[in-house]
Amino acid sequence: MSRRRSEQRLKRLIMSLTTRWMSGELWQYREREIGTIIYSLGCFPSQADLHDLIAEVEEDQTGYIHLDSFLPAMSKVLLEHKFPPIPEDLLLQAFEVLDKEKKGYLEPEELTKYMTQEGELFTQEEMDEMLTALADHEKNVVYYKDLINQLTIDPDM
Amino acid sequence: MGCGVSKSNQFHKNSGKAIKSAVLIQRWYRQFVARKEMRRRYTWHIFQSIEYSGEQAQIKLYNFLGYLMDNFTPASNERNLISHIFRENEVCRDAEWERYFCYKNIEVPDLYSGPHLTFPLTVEQAVGLVEAFRNKKQLHSRYVLQLLLETWKQLRLLPNINRISTCHSKEITICGDLHGQLEDLLLIFYKNDMPSLEKPYLFNGDFVDRGKDSIEILIILFSFLLVYPSEVYLNRGNHEDHIVNLRYGFTKEVLSKYRMHGKRILKLLQKIFSWLPLATVIDQKVLVIHGGISSTTDLSVLARVDRHNYNSALRPPKKRHQRVAGESIDSDEEAGSTNKVFQRRPSLTSPRTLTRNSFQNRSLQDFSDRLRANTVEEVEVHKRLPGPLGPENDTSQSCESISSEDEWKQILDLLWSDPMAQDGCVPNEVRGGGCYWGPDVTEDFLNRHNLQLIIRSHECKQEGYEFCHNRKVLTLFSASNYYDVGSNRGAYVKLGPDLVPYLVQYQASSMIRELSVRQSAGRSERSANKVLREQLFAHKSDLICAFKKFDSENKGRVSLANWASAVESVMRLGLPWRIMRSQLVTGRSADSSIDSSIDYYEWFNELAIKGANADHIDQSLLETLYRHRSTLETIFRIVDADNSGFITMEDFRQTWKLLSVYLKMEITEEAISDLAVTIDSNQDGSIDIEEFMEAFRLTDKKSRLERGRSMFMGTATDLTKLEGDPHI
Repeated sequence: MSRRRSEQRLKRLIMSLTTRWMSGELWQYREREIGTIIYSLGCFPSQADLHDLIAEVEEDQTGYIHLDSFLPAMSKVLLEHKFPPIPEDLLLQAFEVLDKEKKGYLEPEELTKYMTQEGELFTQEEMDEMLTALADHEKNVVYYKDLINQLTIDPDM
Repeated sequence: MGCGVSKSNQFHKNSGKAIKSAVLIQRWYRQFVARKEMRRRYTWHIFQSIEYSGEQAQIKLYNFLGYLMDNFTPASNERNLISHIFRENEVCRDAEWERYFCYKNIEVPDLYSGPHLTFPLTVEQAVGLVEAFRNKKQLHSRYVLQLLLETWKQLRLLPNINRISTCHSKEITICGDLHGQLEDLLLIFYKNDMPSLEKPYLFNGDFVDRGKDSIEILIILFSFLLVYPSEVYLNRGNHEDHIVNLRYGFTKEVLSKYRMHGKRILKLLQKIFSWLPLATVIDQKVLVIHGGISSTTDLSVLARVDRHNYNSALRPPKKRHQRVAGESIDSDEEAGSTNKVFQRRPSLTSPRTLTRNSFQNRSLQDFSDRLRANTVEEVEVHKRLPGPLGPENDTSQSCESISSEDEWKQILDLLWSDPMAQDGCVPNEVRGGGCYWGPDVTEDFLNRHNLQLIIRSHECKQEGYEFCHNRKVLTLFSASNYYDVGSNRGAYVKLGPDLVPYLVQYQASSMIRELSVRQSAGRSERSANKVLREQLFAHKSDLICAFKKFDSENKGRVSLANWASAVESVMRLGLPWRIMRSQLVTGRSADSSIDSSIDYYEWFNELAIKGANADHIDQSLLETLYRHRSTLETIFRIVDADNSGFITMEDFRQTWKLLSVYLKMEITEEAISDLAVTIDSNQDGSIDIEEFMEAFRLTDKKSRLERGRSMFMGTATDLTKLEGDPHI
């Protein structure tokens, strides 16, 4: 498949995924927006990776990205499988590491501590969202094993 | 501390692992959220496209009927069927109207357990109505008519543009679209108290259609308007329009709740809608309108129009050659001039004759262009003619630089436009009326009129509100769960003397609170997917055609990429089909797609929809029926001139002929007879519209059990993509 054709297809896909564009194809990005696009294409960059990518394509720090710069960079990412998805078993292991007492679940406080103090820190808003989405309503703990089974979505490309 | 070296190494190794794990989880979670957001967006997109294309379809239908009116000879059957919706009002004077709407001889039976009204209305009665509706009571038609008559009298006193001020530190509460969702209005009153001297309210249009309690909402709003005329304000919305109501459920609701007097109630409401104010200005700084603006919007023009001449914003105005200021719209002369106009038009359209194709492609902008061309010609004609039209009319024509089409466009833009991100102002092709206007137009408009903010509604927003154009435009939407349970919040805004909008959000339905975020998103998605599957099925023949282009060897399979391409070329929804494949291609056809190719015949089997009595009906007719269900129902209701719910066999046949012309399809006499036979089970020569629609309600194999509270069951809109498509 020629690079050009795949870029065309990618362009159509991206345009269908995003909300209205600024004048023509100059796109005022919000960080989360780019992340959303990239993640939904099946890539798992870290925050640092994301920043690098944005820096590469941004128009002189104006906060705008031109679609023509974004496309080749994104195509490259996809073709090189630069940010592969996280395998389920690895994810499970990650949760198990955090679950020191091997309870099979995580208390909200435990998870909060890690997510907001280690690694690529979550904001308070992200943390609240995560707990609302993932915590079991009655017991108020996070049963990570069940979650992984239910929520891992295969990138459908 | 005091740990040994080895222990601290261990500690560091562990915390290193912990950090890595945390990073992994963070990364995974962010991806999960992004995916969810993406799915939410295209779920939204599905609902919205279908909603807007329904509006567009309605306008096209209306244009089509107008075309028929213009181009068929007076004796033609089709023309007679539909002429009554173009006749503005029957020839009546005010006194005759009073008699027609008289409620005095309507008896209220002893058994009636609903509220009784006495006029002038009191606060207690208004509050009592709210309570009664909360308890699912219905107001008797006698009181409805009486209330509407009082409302009509009140509205006639109001100017086109309400001007209010937030003096005495009064905060005004502004609500957006309610669309017949009584639960939301009750929730607003619960959170914010009912209207009173201290609690002024402004309702920004679209009170009716889609929801099931439109008439109750109107009754409540009108009651409070009567009780607090200086504290309650109403703006007209694009759904306060009898043409739109034919499709979107309000007409149906009134006729079914008020079997005996529904027709009169609807007629009176037509007049009331036309008398609703068009806009409101608060403290000379904030403009509140239902739709939006265009680059030509001019408040001074709008202040001067005779707004009640526009029963439906969709309809171009009659020529007012003999208009004298102050004359009642309901006079004989007007009716006379209407006839003349209809006779005149065919000859004037000959330079720009409409072909059968062209009317499909046009929005109302084109309509008005055509009219403008006609006006110029007509004015020329008049100038040459001596006699009855006389010199005074000529001068009035040339003095008034604002023509009736300009007026019409002003109103249309106000009620139908949507904001866009790009600069400029372009016709709103998606809806079929009004325009899309950009931030530059906002800036210019606000400066010209010395305003600082525009508050509008008309578009559903997930959070119930949304700012745009540099926070100079606020969209406000008050019907929560509009597309489906959990789809969106509603919001209202409070504006005090500082004119800083203070927004309050809410979401009706107790079910919501129990659904986790994950669940409620899933529900909307399933609902949207169901609607989408229905639409895919309804376009089966076109899709198969498209697939065959990729399947030259006729294997019945196409690759995933080609499948997505073909589907988009037919449906034209701009959706990420490849990503959505897993929800749309299910069952056996999904299993068999090991090599990522799709067995499309099998796929259609999975999507298959069967009607109750439908087996002997031709498949393609069934598909047509399904695809244009809503248009068909609308045409039926138009044909059913006396709003009885029945049409004759003959009219039924004529209706199908109309539909076949509109769709440019062959529908044989035989096929129509088959259909008729299916419905007229008691052989009495008349067809119950409801029964007909029920018989072909075509439930999806999968989801008969999932009937739920989908907005799109009763008044499903269809995706008519007839614009410019030469293959149809």
